[in-house]
Amino acid sequence: MHQIELRDITFEYDAQERPVTALRDVSFGVDASEFLCVVGQSGCGKTTMLNIVAGFLKPTKGEVLIGGRAVSGKGFDRGIVFQDFAQLFPWRTAQRNVEFGLEMKGARPTERAETARRFLRLVNLENFAGAYPHELSGGMQQRVAIARALAYNPTVLLMDEPFAALDALTRDEMQRFLVEVWRETRKTVIYVTHNVAEAVYLADRIVVFSPHPGTVKAQVRISLPRPRDTLSVEFLEHQREVIGHLGGR
Amino acid sequence: MRRGLVRSGLGVVFSFGLVGLGWEAFSRSGLFSPALTPSLVAIGSTLAQMLLSGTMLIHVLYTLYRILVGLVLAGVVGVPLGMLMGRAKPIERFLLPLVSVLSPIPSLAWVPVFILWFGLGNTAAMALVFYAATFPIILNTWTGVRSVNRLWIRAAEAMGADGKLLFRKVVLPGSMPFVITGLRQAFARAWIAVVGGEMIAATSWGLGWVIFDSKEFLNTDVMLGSLVVIGILGLVFERLIFQSIEARTVGRWGMVRAVRG
Repeated sequence: MHQIELRDITFEYDAQERPVTALRDVSFGVDASEFLCVVGQSGCGKTTMLNIVAGFLKPTKGEVLIGGRAVSGKGFDRGIVFQDFAQLFPWRTAQRNVEFGLEMKGARPTERAETARRFLRLVNLENFAGAYPHELSGGMQQRVAIARALAYNPTVLLMDEPFAALDALTRDEMQRFLVEVWRETRKTVIYVTHNVAEAVYLADRIVVFSPHPGTVKAQVRISLPRPRDTLSVEFLEHQREVIGHLGGR
Repeated sequence: MRRGLVRSGLGVVFSFGLVGLGWEAFSRSGLFSPALTPSLVAIGSTLAQMLLSGTMLIHVLYTLYRILVGLVLAGVVGVPLGMLMGRAKPIERFLLPLVSVLSPIPSLAWVPVFILWFGLGNTAAMALVFYAATFPIILNTWTGVRSVNRLWIRAAEAMGADGKLLFRKVVLPGSMPFVITGLRQAFARAWIAVVGGEMIAATSWGLGWVIFDSKEFLNTDVMLGSLVVIGILGLVFERLIFQSIEARTVGRWGMVRAVRG
């Protein structure tokens, strides 16, 4: 059985009188501890899909199951990381940001602080626990956001182009780093991106979306050993395959 | 940094020195009677006398008492109303027209009405301060709540925050830059209101009252001395209180650029 299951998800919204179909009959599953990337052009509905899994949006048709139970609204079983650095609370230090979810769960202050410390260590930011977000670089802020999403121990991590706003060098570093964190925590990940190389580097499996309306075009399994060599022939072949699915009609 | 401070200090001395010299030349030229344009020396000695005798302190304390009570009340009423307006559409629809109409009325225009309602004395002056200060607080808080980054709300909701908790942990701190701006504007407006109100509504003490009272005896030096005190106090509040609140909160958090100096 899949850890996450999307069943015939259709999503329509009203735009200037006419309903627009953003997603049509999207179905796929994600196994426990699997790293799944969703790739597609901007406007293909991949972020909408993620927002449905996150519980921010209700699908017009279909349902999402997590651990066999239908998703209704938001829940502690999912952690979310957005693209925008501004997702951190500027009035809280890195540590207090990471504590937020635990605080909402009602954890005791000492337990909160201890857990937050542990996750800041996981993202190599233990020395910046007392720093405010504006004192951190973009890459560091995204690492705090990852620690924050992991700290209250969700089974699923949802990521919406978390590194898209970073410069290329930092992005490479963050991808390597994310793989390490994922191997250590064994979370089930849905990672949305439009960057094919990134998807091939990170994913166990890639779901390719095609736009207007958003549908699942193809699925590509990547079974290269990690850490992956981005210049190897196999890596480039996988990239070509995914690009082929994206480009072809 | 150090150098910049010295330079800006010199700049202040220079601009005040030049204007002071001009005034001194003008007052000693004999164009007007010295009773109307007293020299800086006369103003200074009168001010020193008032400070030493303690009367100036009492005037200042009365004025501060009135403005603080009015401001605190305005904050207690204005911040929650602004928050409610920002969070609940029906309340916004109900209050916005009222606020929009009442806010532009100069507070001093209410003085005669308030005297009839509250009589001469502290209450009228405080009511005036309250009136002047409440609307900037309401309007800025309302704007602040609406401008809270939606991503913060989403992130917090994803972590299980809702209702009261979401409000207290995200909306309240998230709207702080605007709330502080509101308090600042409120203070500036209240400072005008309290001095103006005291001129008409106060009976024996207060900076506004002493200025107005001095005209009976042609005490121009007392008037000008009190004006200096009013200016300095306003500056002190702006610098010491509001700038340090800002530096410790939204400035520290990088939500606004901290003002120095």
